[in-house]
Amino acid sequence: MGTIVKVSGPLIVASGMADVKMYDVVRVSHRRLVGEVIELRGDMASIQVYEETSGLGPGEPVESTGVPLSVELAPGLIESIFDGIQRPLALIREQSGDRIARGIEVESLNRTKKWPFTPVVKVGDRVTTGDILVTVQESEAVLHKVLVPPGVAGEITWVATGEATIIDPIVRLKTSGGEVELPMLQRWPVRRGRPYAEKQSPTEPMLTGQRVIDTFFPIAKGGVAAVPGPFGSGKTVVQHQLAKWADAEIIVYVGCGERGNEMTDVLMEFPELHDPRTGLPLMKRTVLIANTSDMPVAAREASIYTGITIAEYFRDMGYKVALMADSTSRWAEALREMSGRLEEMPGEEGYPAYLSSRVAEFYERAGLVIALGAEKRLGAISAIGAVSPPGGDLSEPVTQATLRVIKTFWGLSANLAYRRHFPAIDWLQSYSLYADQLKSWNEENLAPNWNQMVQDAMILLQEEAELEEIVRLVGIDALSFKDRLTLESARSVRDDYLHQNAFHEIDTYTSPQKSLRMLSLIMEYNELGQKALLSFAPFNRIVDLPVRETIGRFKYVPEEEVEEQYATVLETLRSQMQAVVAEGGVRE
Amino acid sequence: MIKEYRTIREVVGPLMLIEEVEGVTYNELVEIRQANGELRSGRVLEVNGDKALVQLFVSGQGLKIDDAKARFLGHGIELGVSLDMLGRVFNGLGEPIDGGDPLIPEKRLDINGEPLNPTARDYPNEFIQTGVSVIDGLNTLVRGQKLPVFSGSGLPHAQLAAQIARQARVIGDETANFAVVFAAVGITFEEANFFITDFTKTGAIERTVLFVNLANDPAIERIATPRMAITAAEYLAYEQGMHVLVIITDITNYTEALREVSAARKEVPGRRGYPGYLYTDLATMYERAGRIKGKAGSITQIPILTMPEDDKTHPIPDLTGYITEGQIVFSRDFNRRGLTPPVDVLQSLSRLKDKGIGAGKTREDHADTMNQLYAAYARGKDAKELAVILGDAALSDMDKLYAKFADAFEREYISQGFNTNRTIFETLELGWRLLALLPRSELRRIRDAYLDKYWPNDAAVTP
Repeated sequence: MGTIVKVSGPLIVASGMADVKMYDVVRVSHRRLVGEVIELRGDMASIQVYEETSGLGPGEPVESTGVPLSVELAPGLIESIFDGIQRPLALIREQSGDRIARGIEVESLNRTKKWPFTPVVKVGDRVTTGDILVTVQESEAVLHKVLVPPGVAGEITWVATGEATIIDPIVRLKTSGGEVELPMLQRWPVRRGRPYAEKQSPTEPMLTGQRVIDTFFPIAKGGVAAVPGPFGSGKTVVQHQLAKWADAEIIVYVGCGERGNEMTDVLMEFPELHDPRTGLPLMKRTVLIANTSDMPVAAREASIYTGITIAEYFRDMGYKVALMADSTSRWAEALREMSGRLEEMPGEEGYPAYLSSRVAEFYERAGLVIALGAEKRLGAISAIGAVSPPGGDLSEPVTQATLRVIKTFWGLSANLAYRRHFPAIDWLQSYSLYADQLKSWNEENLAPNWNQMVQDAMILLQEEAELEEIVRLVGIDALSFKDRLTLESARSVRDDYLHQNAFHEIDTYTSPQKSLRMLSLIMEYNELGQKALLSFAPFNRIVDLPVRETIGRFKYVPEEEVEEQYATVLETLRSQMQAVVAEGGVRE
Repeated sequence: MIKEYRTIREVVGPLMLIEEVEGVTYNELVEIRQANGELRSGRVLEVNGDKALVQLFVSGQGLKIDDAKARFLGHGIELGVSLDMLGRVFNGLGEPIDGGDPLIPEKRLDINGEPLNPTARDYPNEFIQTGVSVIDGLNTLVRGQKLPVFSGSGLPHAQLAAQIARQARVIGDETANFAVVFAAVGITFEEANFFITDFTKTGAIERTVLFVNLANDPAIERIATPRMAITAAEYLAYEQGMHVLVIITDITNYTEALREVSAARKEVPGRRGYPGYLYTDLATMYERAGRIKGKAGSITQIPILTMPEDDKTHPIPDLTGYITEGQIVFSRDFNRRGLTPPVDVLQSLSRLKDKGIGAGKTREDHADTMNQLYAAYARGKDAKELAVILGDAALSDMDKLYAKFADAFEREYISQGFNTNRTIFETLELGWRLLALLPRSELRRIRDAYLDKYWPNDAAVTP
């Protein structure tokens, strides 16, 4: 039991703390606010407090719980919304009303709910870390596998049946250290990654239904991506779109220091939306962590770790998990604030010198792994972090630290956003280092010519950028018809393909098959058009081809009609182009 | 019994150090009384053992430390609130300055508020008709939104704010209890007077609460002013069921006061000398806009800030933009060309518009036409830029049409004047008439069904 000597915002210094360990959770003052030890000097401990510290003063007690900051892992995670230190916000609201009161003690997971479960092991089985003990149908979309926790192995001597709460014992185990009973509930310290057997290189794309991402800048299952962009460029919409449509089995969405209304939006919208693959409400696979910008700053720092630990837990069950963190810049700012109050020597722009190692640590917890356990389950965490660079300046420390570790970069451009080209992912600036790894998957699963077509489309866009430079200097008349057609086709790629309306009921999600058809039409137009030019067809007629409007509207074609309509449009395109060529004419 | 301390050791700028204190808590309110009865207030920024670091809310001028006594009041800084606040004028610290009777508060509220549980928030989706086309049509404001105006020195942001306060309505909810809370933060007497005169002229003053901290009031008084205003708004909205519009001008002055305190504390600065916690500080203010489930009222915030050097990447507009739900950006160029309001539509944005528009709220074609207007205007502007360099002859026929569209759009749609009040339907019709300048095949962002239904029959008529 220690005593407060200093209070400075979220930082508290207490004396008499000789017996605590680094990163132990403590309870501060009579109000029992949650804090974490972040520095020890002799018997003085610096504590970051996860709740507002107004009204605290020297002399008040500090009590150590003796355990590090941990999350509770058991059925009941899915469909929940937690704050940064895994307190369920719905329960907090029941206890303290619309405002978040301080010192609230609520259990992270419901301890009275009885879950029906199916035992997987039987008496006499020898189990070790990662083996499945029982399964629980947590929601329609998620089969929760209760695993032997890390560090435990032995022989099963008893298995429960029927229903159990998460704290009831479900198996008894004879271990080298004697007999133990295991409930479904496990705890894991958030700042340490959960163990796995082996990490692998990702080879499969995580499809997102977003054309610009899936086509040009794919992310792999188990990959890491960053979305930096100035305000108003649509970071959050991109993150929401991924949370909605990404082909992952579990979504962990961390709202870190962002707007309260955005979380409300997710809470209201996700139960209404349906997963295009399973048809189930999206909420049935989602865990939300909300530490909005008006909530205490230190808990923002913890929220990212809470999120990734929950993601790792589902990864260990063999699920493909996608984690969105919006925004990692706010998390870095929380680090900066604590660092400043600890009077550490600052690095760049006041950020602590350990910023980049913390960022790298976080992203490295993503990946494709073989989980522990006899089954050798393959699980993955794909981590996507939004970055909010001040003034959109990518040279700032958080962006730079992030760029060093991520492999897919979706750079959002203010200029595209101004002209309402969404998603405002800049095709000239963005990159994906997974593209090569995913090539063979694309060829096998999408179309043999897919990679070539994507490359051609990208070349078209790059040529456009170069040609536009020329146009800006000398005017459009200086270009040959061939180049002018290139500009037209590139514009079609931009407007008719890359531009995607997240709020349109059909356009919001595009399957890879539909993307393939859409891009084929545009590229076919370009090819036929260029050929027609060679046979001296009049340029204006090629540009004004009536079918181009239909191609432009192809994004609004429902998925089930794609093949049929594609055939018709392609037919029309060919016949119209043929007519133009047949009409002939002299070169203008 | 509350102890008095005569142990003030230092006063440096806005900071004061008091020693040998006992039982002092963080963020507590402090009262400093001098022998001549003069009273000052401050709050505890840090307590370390028996030393308390206090930030003054009023200027330290004339403060004599050897005869001053400090009292720690055991609670944070509070504002007394009651319905009688409507129609009254207060100073930056919440004391009446209109010569009227002192306010008898119904209750006292801590001005720092408490974080709102995200599960308690109700998503803002009720369309507010401001009568201004660039807002209603393109950057729709909804009840519970925080939509700042990014302006520059010398631009007419005050006129636009007053116009919104005057004209804002919710269609189909004309009987709603409506109030304005206005916080003048370090602005000039003339600007503050403009608002007061405008509110008086339109009778709006009866349902307005004003907090006034003028440019010649001590800068550090400003730190409390916006939170005073928002606290009053929360009382009116959530306890009296009113729909409150909060206008705070100018946030730039507030952040400068914050920087002053931070510099005096010798904190490690973030960008441009502003404290690293500027984002968090602004967020705890802006995030108090919104709606709460089960409560009738709402708080809509329109903070106004002047961008130093018109630079949108300056920390103040930058961090504000990351917190608020969009922004209305003023353009000096438009102002020079006489467009009123000089709103740069391409840079402006309302993030909540999608939930506040469409069938049942405005009209089904609203979203599509909005996207089309944006896209067409952006292309028209590009064409015009090109024409500046290379002359009109360098433009393709289509680009010439777009350039013509962009001109008409700026003249008709953007520049409506500060006294015109357009209904949303007038705004939408105007949009269609402008789009009709372009061939129908160009309007790919609009669904066919809407084109069939709303394409003006007299399309040939130039607006």
